[in-house]
Amino acid sequence: MRVARWTRTSKLFTGGTAAVAVALACVPLVFESDLVQKLTTLLILVLLAAMWNALAGYGGLLSVGQQAFIGIGAYGTVFFADHGVTPYLAMVLATLLAGAISLPISLFALRLRAAQFAIGMWVIAEVMSIIVRLDQNLGAGTGISLIQMNQYEPNFRQAYTFWLALAFTVIFLVALFLLLRSPLGASLQAIRDDEDAARSLGVRVAARKRLLFVLAGFGCGAAGVLVVANTLFIEPGSVFSVQWSAYMIFMVLVGGLGTFEGPIIGAILLFAIQTTFTQGGPWYLVGLGATAALFALALPRGLWGTVEERLGLRLLPVGYRVVEAKGEERAA
Amino acid sequence: MTLLNAALQGVFLGAFYAVLACGLSIMFGVMRIINLAHGDIAVFGAYVVFVIVEHTGVSAFVAFAAALPVMVVLGYLLQLTVLERSLKGGILTPLLATFGLSIVIQNLLQLTFSPDVRSLGGSAGALTTASWQVTGGLSVSALGIVVLVVAVLVFGALQLFLSRTRFGWMMRATAEDADAAELVGINSRHVYASATALAVATAALGGFFLAIRSVFDPVSGPTQLIFAFEAVVIGGMGSLWGTLLGGIALGVAQTLGAQVHPQFSVMAGHLLFLVVLIARYGGGRIALRVAR
Amino acid sequence: MTLLKVDALDCRYGLLQAVRRVSFEVEAGETVALIGANGAGKTTLLRAIAGVHRPNGGRVELDGVDITTLPAHRRVGLGIALVPEGRRLFPSLTVEENLRVAASPRRPGRWNVRSVLDVFPMLQQRRRTPAASLSGGEQQAVAIGRALMSNPRLLLLDEVSLGLAPIVVDAVYRSLAGILSEGATVLLVEQDLTRALRVAGRVICMLEGRVVLEGAAAALDRDHVVSAYFGLRKPA
Repeated sequence: MRVARWTRTSKLFTGGTAAVAVALACVPLVFESDLVQKLTTLLILVLLAAMWNALAGYGGLLSVGQQAFIGIGAYGTVFFADHGVTPYLAMVLATLLAGAISLPISLFALRLRAAQFAIGMWVIAEVMSIIVRLDQNLGAGTGISLIQMNQYEPNFRQAYTFWLALAFTVIFLVALFLLLRSPLGASLQAIRDDEDAARSLGVRVAARKRLLFVLAGFGCGAAGVLVVANTLFIEPGSVFSVQWSAYMIFMVLVGGLGTFEGPIIGAILLFAIQTTFTQGGPWYLVGLGATAALFALALPRGLWGTVEERLGLRLLPVGYRVVEAKGEERAA
Repeated sequence: MTLLNAALQGVFLGAFYAVLACGLSIMFGVMRIINLAHGDIAVFGAYVVFVIVEHTGVSAFVAFAAALPVMVVLGYLLQLTVLERSLKGGILTPLLATFGLSIVIQNLLQLTFSPDVRSLGGSAGALTTASWQVTGGLSVSALGIVVLVVAVLVFGALQLFLSRTRFGWMMRATAEDADAAELVGINSRHVYASATALAVATAALGGFFLAIRSVFDPVSGPTQLIFAFEAVVIGGMGSLWGTLLGGIALGVAQTLGAQVHPQFSVMAGHLLFLVVLIARYGGGRIALRVAR
Repeated sequence: MTLLKVDALDCRYGLLQAVRRVSFEVEAGETVALIGANGAGKTTLLRAIAGVHRPNGGRVELDGVDITTLPAHRRVGLGIALVPEGRRLFPSLTVEENLRVAASPRRPGRWNVRSVLDVFPMLQQRRRTPAASLSGGEQQAVAIGRALMSNPRLLLLDEVSLGLAPIVVDAVYRSLAGILSEGATVLLVEQDLTRALRVAGRVICMLEGRVVLEGAAAALDRDHVVSAYFGLRKPA
């Protein structure tokens, strides 16, 4: 017996994923800006789903308040741009800001468990929303435009934004991928499976969770940055809305909580639903809520988790598998 | 004097929050779960009362009395259909399922009743407008008194129920050890469903108070949930009287905060909640970490 | 008359099979001791009979009625009561509340708060004390009393001596002797072989989930029991 991570399928698929990323990078060169903008939205969803899954699927942390970091990213961009920073540099700075702020928040948020953590994070998002509403320079309650983006010609702007979205998505997915494959990944999975047992084995649970929390802070901040870059206008009512959490929960639960591929599938599904149905209609949201609840109750591993379990399939090699090695008997 | 008056109004407001929080506290106490749809259930209760008033023209109080049995039955069914299943799925499942339920309720209300803002203040008679000027700066509203008295009665009755009645013991026994409760002949499913029915009934009472004190719309629920949860946490999770005090502390913080700046009212409540959380769960460790 | 019939019962915890095709019967009025080493499946077997562990196969009958799928609280109504391992009292309830919460309105009979306190006089002074602040012996007395409150036809006792000082165990068994002498039907798990052989009329020995030895306590040779207990000899 030996332990292996790469299977033929996963080698093929990892190569395929890289090829998809390269192909996506060429999209703005070929297609209409309308499509480019839509694909940017898709990448934002992928990023958000992956980050929420990092928290809940690998850290056991169910947050209903990740919109706090989306808001910091979005408003941070506006803030830096207003202070004379070039828009795209402002976006990078705002992402770093969101990640930096997640660190002090983690100091106490990670002491909370289950519902306390979930609603505690929600309250933090509400507090941020109120702070923005109190600040006239950020447009208070009525919202604000990222006017500095007008300096770019629209087609170029959309292309730049798309490339930034692609870069962010690739960076954060690769970071999560490497994190899960590192020795830390095994301890994270131990925490997910049984936190108390992991702690008793000497896994530094708090430190591992902090890593995920800060990663998700950066990632959701980046998503917020992309939201304002894509739509050019934000208001606290929508950017700090708990609806973001609803989307994230839907994508991850349907795709597969605690699987690497699942959230990506969930994001593509949500994107397909959003482009097919009129967005924001109550029936559509009733469907999302009911589906998420049903998956939580009846299919907790989600679509991908179930497929993986049934077929023993593994596309991206984040886990380990035990395989029969040829000639093992002789060697032993 | 204005500060004193603000604090007094905060007590009345806080009594309302305590009623909202009561059901959350019961369900946490008995099943260790937080129902994220609790606020939406309260608002749903307000709509049930609203429909009865619209169709029959009776006073809001009569309509609430009629709505209560409906809510009790719905609460019982909620347990058997959704929550019971979610309890078997681990610590995150009840949160995920009730969060989904919350979105469903909000949007079904939106589809049925439109996003318009409503109030039942008009159908509650003179009670909503009557008030007394105690001294120059201190005023007491009849509604405030009613809510406070009802809150104390609700919590008092619950306390008596849990400490003096056989069904109350059965509920505590099931909360402490559901397996052992089954072994002495207690139907734990029935006890859990009854606890949820009770929680939903008190949520409806909270929704009713919301509707006669101010206004509500289909998306009022999440805010009510946050306030209710803040009251539970400030008062100490799992303690019933603590929830009453926590609600009042939250109400006072909000009305005093409003004295600083009208926009600061809700913020003050949030800050109190976060400070309590830090003090109770993270403060010592953070201080230690910084000291090192 | 056969009161309890267990037929080819299988119980699993995930992949671990704790009880394997166990069959036996208990006659009304009998006292049967279930013995065996740790992990032999005794506790699981009792829990499956009481209804808090769902078996994966086989049948449990009480007085000819199939109760295999009934939830535990319904079995209490039919006359099965288990004193669980580790006592499992309701810590915030007082002694009296622990007893009264277990009273079954559908099963009136000899046992009520007063008669239980008569059998366990040490609890008389502790009626209003929360169970959490009782001593181990007192807790065990409450646990037995609590099971009696439903006037069971079949009393299941799981290691009532566990974690108690020998002198306390003697006191508990003295009280039990009174109960047993009234003709109650009892199936008990006991680690102490000598005590089990003394109390019970019949002994069932389990090893790794199977019944390996069964017979009248008086007729069994002690060495024979010991070897079955530790699996030193293949069962005949």
